[in-house]
Amino acid sequence: MRKRVLCACLVALSASTRVYAEQASQPVVAHPTVAAATTELEPRLFTLKNGMQLIVKPDHRAPTAVHMLWLRVGSMDELSGTTGVAHVLEHMMFKGTPTVKAREFSQRVAALGGEDNAFTSTDYTAYYQQIPKDKLEEVMKLQADSFVNNQWPDDEFKHELEVVKEERRMRTDDQPRSLLYEQLMAASYVLNPYRNPIIGWMNDLDNMTPDDARAFYQQWYTPLNAAVVIAGDVQPEEALVLAEKYYGSLPAKPLPVRKPALEPMQVGIRRFEIKAPAEQANLLMAFKVPQLKSVDQPTESDWDALALTVLSAILDGNDGARLERNLINSEQRVADNASTRNGMYGRGPQLFFVSGVPAAGKTVEDLELALRAQIKRVADEGVTEAELKRVKTQWIAAEIYQRDSVFSQANDLGSLWAIGMPLETKDKLIEMLRKVTADQVKAVAKKYFGDDQLTVAVLNPQTRDPKAKPRTPSVEVRH
Amino acid sequence: MRISSVQFVYQLAYQAVGILALGVSMGTVYAATPIEHWQQPKGSSIWLASSMGIPMVDVHVEFDQGARRDPENKMGLSSLTASLANKGVLAWQAHPALDEAGLGEAWADLGADFSIGSDNDTFSFALRSLTYPDVLPAAIALAAQQIAAPAFDPVVAQREIDKTIAAIKEAETRPDYVAGVAYAKAVFGQHPYGHATTEASLKALTLDDLKQFYQTKLNPCQAKVSIVGALTREQADQLVTQLLAGLKTDSPATCPTLADLPDPAKLTAAVNLDLPFDSAQAQILMGQPAMKRSDPDFFAILVGNHILGGSGSISRLSDEVREKRGLTYGVDSYFAARQSVGEFTISLQTRPDQAQQAAALSMQVLKDFVEKGPTEAEVIAAKANLIGGFPLRIDSNRNLLSNIANIARNGLPLDYLDTWTQRIDAVTREDIQRAFAAKLQPEQMVTVILGAKPAQ
Repeated sequence: MRKRVLCACLVALSASTRVYAEQASQPVVAHPTVAAATTELEPRLFTLKNGMQLIVKPDHRAPTAVHMLWLRVGSMDELSGTTGVAHVLEHMMFKGTPTVKAREFSQRVAALGGEDNAFTSTDYTAYYQQIPKDKLEEVMKLQADSFVNNQWPDDEFKHELEVVKEERRMRTDDQPRSLLYEQLMAASYVLNPYRNPIIGWMNDLDNMTPDDARAFYQQWYTPLNAAVVIAGDVQPEEALVLAEKYYGSLPAKPLPVRKPALEPMQVGIRRFEIKAPAEQANLLMAFKVPQLKSVDQPTESDWDALALTVLSAILDGNDGARLERNLINSEQRVADNASTRNGMYGRGPQLFFVSGVPAAGKTVEDLELALRAQIKRVADEGVTEAELKRVKTQWIAAEIYQRDSVFSQANDLGSLWAIGMPLETKDKLIEMLRKVTADQVKAVAKKYFGDDQLTVAVLNPQTRDPKAKPRTPSVEVRH
Repeated sequence: MRISSVQFVYQLAYQAVGILALGVSMGTVYAATPIEHWQQPKGSSIWLASSMGIPMVDVHVEFDQGARRDPENKMGLSSLTASLANKGVLAWQAHPALDEAGLGEAWADLGADFSIGSDNDTFSFALRSLTYPDVLPAAIALAAQQIAAPAFDPVVAQREIDKTIAAIKEAETRPDYVAGVAYAKAVFGQHPYGHATTEASLKALTLDDLKQFYQTKLNPCQAKVSIVGALTREQADQLVTQLLAGLKTDSPATCPTLADLPDPAKLTAAVNLDLPFDSAQAQILMGQPAMKRSDPDFFAILVGNHILGGSGSISRLSDEVREKRGLTYGVDSYFAARQSVGEFTISLQTRPDQAQQAAALSMQVLKDFVEKGPTEAEVIAAKANLIGGFPLRIDSNRNLLSNIANIARNGLPLDYLDTWTQRIDAVTREDIQRAFAAKLQPEQMVTVILGAKPAQ
């Protein structure tokens, strides 16, 4: 869909849950033909002998395939003192097994003509290879070996930990809007582990040991906590045979008990600012909202979660949307940019973000008032049928465009599996979306945007002295 | 969030490098999807790959009217024109005028997208639409109106310029932006490739300049149109005719010739810029003007750079700087193979007290590579990856489109994708060593180090 112009706030937001970053810019529906053309192309789910799961999505347009290993473990499974360990382990997974030396994994994938990488989020960790289809078996063999036999000397850990700290400096410490987002999450949640950054606090990285990573690996990397996703020019039955051979035979050890992390009820607005080198101020607000948990038997709160995503798409995303029209491009403009994003679903609780940069001569207070007035207007007056239809049209079109990327298809299926949603979620969401009414959108705008469940973060821009000496590198995290 | 080792490096490489947007071959892979090419009566050239799998189409129209043709006293002209041409349309034919909000709604109602862009070498239009009969004709008509009759409203223009100036001031507080601007200026001097938009450069442009550029520089006889999607040749031809109907027309016979442009001047001595900055990481950029796309050494440079710093975590630079020493999250090298001579660059970031060490190490890796070339084993591994991975480069409509646009822009033969792997395979170790020695002079490079502090 239309790119939002240089909105660094979205970049910052995407630092949390990559699934939703894509969702937010992927508004929305009108043609009846969204589902895959034939049953043969529908995704299939299998359970292997040892309980591990396999998802296959055929797409025969080109002789290529994507192979992904998904783990239902991310930064939300970390304990205090070792934040960032899920991601550090992701880096260490490339450091070898008894039969594959450090860095050899990527070299072997490259020799097959492939590309490989991995990523970590709050909810999951995934490893993948994009390959010519006839190399599928070889990467499955490599990945399965890495999955169960990961092993490396302490020296490798020491170097890689420095790489991760550089990554933190690049992504967060030198990005004022990322810092703002990091602090907003820490303030929004008192108990829930979403309060910690995926990359970890620098203090915890400074004090992380090789055994922290090994323990996390032993605890969570088991077939019962994993799924293989294969998309591309493959036949499901053939993929199943290969998956049984390389993954189905791996020993399945029991998973640790996942303790609930129910956030105490927030009963009042939280408001703070951070100072960081910047020219423009930045406002970032997070409202606690429901999490969509079921598309099969949706409850009222599931419907609310979906209606909130519709509200977000009505508020911004193109030059005709409300924030663009009324706050950014109007004569008495208040914002240089403004945007919203609804989390909608995930393994944990969800937030509705509203953010923006005040226009020259306007304050963050002006902007906050104007943004909340736009939501209040929906709560008071509702939305038009034309707005609602537009959102549905865009959503459905985006689903069709998304089929162009084999990687996106695998990625969608893997992330849905990881958060415990069924494979048909996207189709079911569209069925639900068709039924969303203007009254439902009006109702959620009225229900979820009071003060009590709101956290407001403000970036107070500080002039950077161009002649200043660089600051001491060990002082990284500014609370 | 994609927190991961290799990803960032790839992103950098693909964003920055014309060279990596190389097409790769259809021959073996998409034998059923050949590229068709023809010229219209008005002179517009079309390259089409029909791909019927998904009911969608992508259209990319480009003109050789990018920043490199900006007049000396009107730097940024092409870029500003592109960004303001998309903000409202005048009435045209039977279609009423629409302001930017109206346009935004109209595109959203169609579930389609239209954009106008400009980069160093090109000015372009892009349309993505579903091919349903109740959607595509309306999308083509709206895009045609936008191409024919941009509003260039003065109030909107002033507002956008104000926003851009504010965004530049914000960017000037960021270490990567400041380092990048200083680097481009040192590498390219007065050549437009080195220009960074400033408040002064924006204020030197008038709305009349933009309108004149738009009305005189975008000539259908020079348009290169790349299309991938669920269309037949006949449908594609009709689409282009409708799309460009509102542009001023010269016939192929009277089509004006575009002037040859001077290349950026070569550097004659090393330029070392050590810039103070208060940031968590120092930024390091090293390079020089190096090569244009038409250079016969293109493939040798492509394979060589893959080994040096173009292949993510397995490259030589990454192995030495990141994997062995943990000095950075991402280091890479690229050649920007443009229409005029573009830059070779090595870039990385590191903790301020390690900056001198990391820069010296990267320069040593480069010098060693230029002097001795790659090993035979490295050449074999790079070719295996590039040749084996060829199908991945064209396995979606979007990837295929960028490869077809590459053929169109650079006048490459229609079998370019069919012969790409053979061209890679023909590159020898000696070719790479000779090409790198010819293109790169490590002792005459720009080195920008921003935000360094003394080693502890």
